[in-house]
Amino acid sequence: MDSFLDKLYDTFIFEDRWKYLVNGLKTTLIITVFAVMIGMVLGFLVAIIRATHDRTGRFKIMNLICKLYLTVIRGTPVMVQLLIIYYVIFASVRIDKVFVGILAFGINSGAYVAEIVRSGIMSIDKGQFEAGASLGLNYSKTMKHIILPQAFKNVLPALANECIVLLKETSVAGYIALEDLTKGGDIIRSITYEPFLPLLAVAIVYLVIVVGLSALVGKLERRLKKSDRG
Amino acid sequence: MIEVKGLKKAFGENDVLNGIDTVINKGEKVVVIGPSGSGKSTFLRCLNRLETPTGGSVVFEGTDITNLPEKQLNKIREKMGMVFQHFHLFPHLTIRKNLTLAPVKLKLMTKEEADKRADEMLKKVGLFDKADSYPDMLSGGQKQRIAIARALVMRPDVMLFDEPTSALDPEMVGEVLALMKQLAEEGMTMVVVTHEMGFAREVASRVIFIDEGVIAEENTPEEFFGNPKSPRLKEFLSKVL
Repeated sequence: MDSFLDKLYDTFIFEDRWKYLVNGLKTTLIITVFAVMIGMVLGFLVAIIRATHDRTGRFKIMNLICKLYLTVIRGTPVMVQLLIIYYVIFASVRIDKVFVGILAFGINSGAYVAEIVRSGIMSIDKGQFEAGASLGLNYSKTMKHIILPQAFKNVLPALANECIVLLKETSVAGYIALEDLTKGGDIIRSITYEPFLPLLAVAIVYLVIVVGLSALVGKLERRLKKSDRG
Repeated sequence: MIEVKGLKKAFGENDVLNGIDTVINKGEKVVVIGPSGSGKSTFLRCLNRLETPTGGSVVFEGTDITNLPEKQLNKIREKMGMVFQHFHLFPHLTIRKNLTLAPVKLKLMTKEEADKRADEMLKKVGLFDKADSYPDMLSGGQKQRIAIARALVMRPDVMLFDEPTSALDPEMVGEVLALMKQLAEEGMTMVVVTHEMGFAREVASRVIFIDEGVIAEENTPEEFFGNPKSPRLKEFLSKVL
């Protein structure tokens, strides 16, 4: 028992080592939150361009660019994308690594969000577009006020899942020496040569956040369901 | 009010309308009947260009809408109410919001004006108490009455009905037809695609029989049902009456 308490002390308390975890968590959350924002904006844009092209034939060139983006991003591992953005694209620029992380994970997430949102738009009955048109609403107003709110509601669980995946995927940020939560735990391990406690702590922190996020989404879903009561 | 000249519509190789000519005057109640697949719904959907004709023209209040750019077309559509077979209410919005969305977003009314107008129309269709409900909480008949109210809020010059009772349970058909009859009596110009022969007989000022993409016969309801001329119409009526 004493040896366990010693290990606990060694891992977290001695020399304020818990700060590696707290600071790492801060970085992880910052990257996740801003990457989610970029991913959502990018994803909705790409989804709207793709869906509009499929329905009306507009945006031919934009649609091609979007398709290329989706193919490249979804066809390569996020870690490789992160390394390329850091070591190739920003090779000759001194730049904040957190910014690189946000950009890389945001661009990556956008591709998945785009396909989720597009499937949501496609799931809306054609009659909803026609009802909007018959009232004199143009395509973009119909999209904004009629189609997207319904599509968003339909794909909310999938979008929330994407946020959770993104949060966990940021754990590879350590490969560009970004001190995120995972890296924080790993640093403690490399100092104490004791892997169990710091890595367990890291896992628990991820788990708590993910479970909390899932509960939040469940609540939001139930609120949106109000209009579905039969 | 609506002049249709040589209207043609093909979906790929499939010719649906093969030259329709007719004029719909203000205040008329035109009922369109015909076998399924005859093109009667397509005809109706060409009137507000939900389908783009492949030939001929549709002129609404002096404007040829056949090739009209989308912006002007949308202004025309504000004046043409449409009611669909499957209602197409907006499920994510309350009934009141269903009614006020278009006039407010098109800046035709302020939110207050639209709310007032919506309440009037909800009272007219007898569903004022459902203003804060959502569409999925209503019966089919109620949904269709709301769909009619949604079109009426826009103060349309003409109402297009695309089989408004075909998706309803039998016991709900009556309430929708009664409301349509009331509209007709108030002088609304109406074009109704339907299988309700009783409604056609009672309310129509003119009945059009579309068969194989052309108007095979059109007449007053008395003549149309009492003295059909073409063999195809005789055959059709013998099946449905």
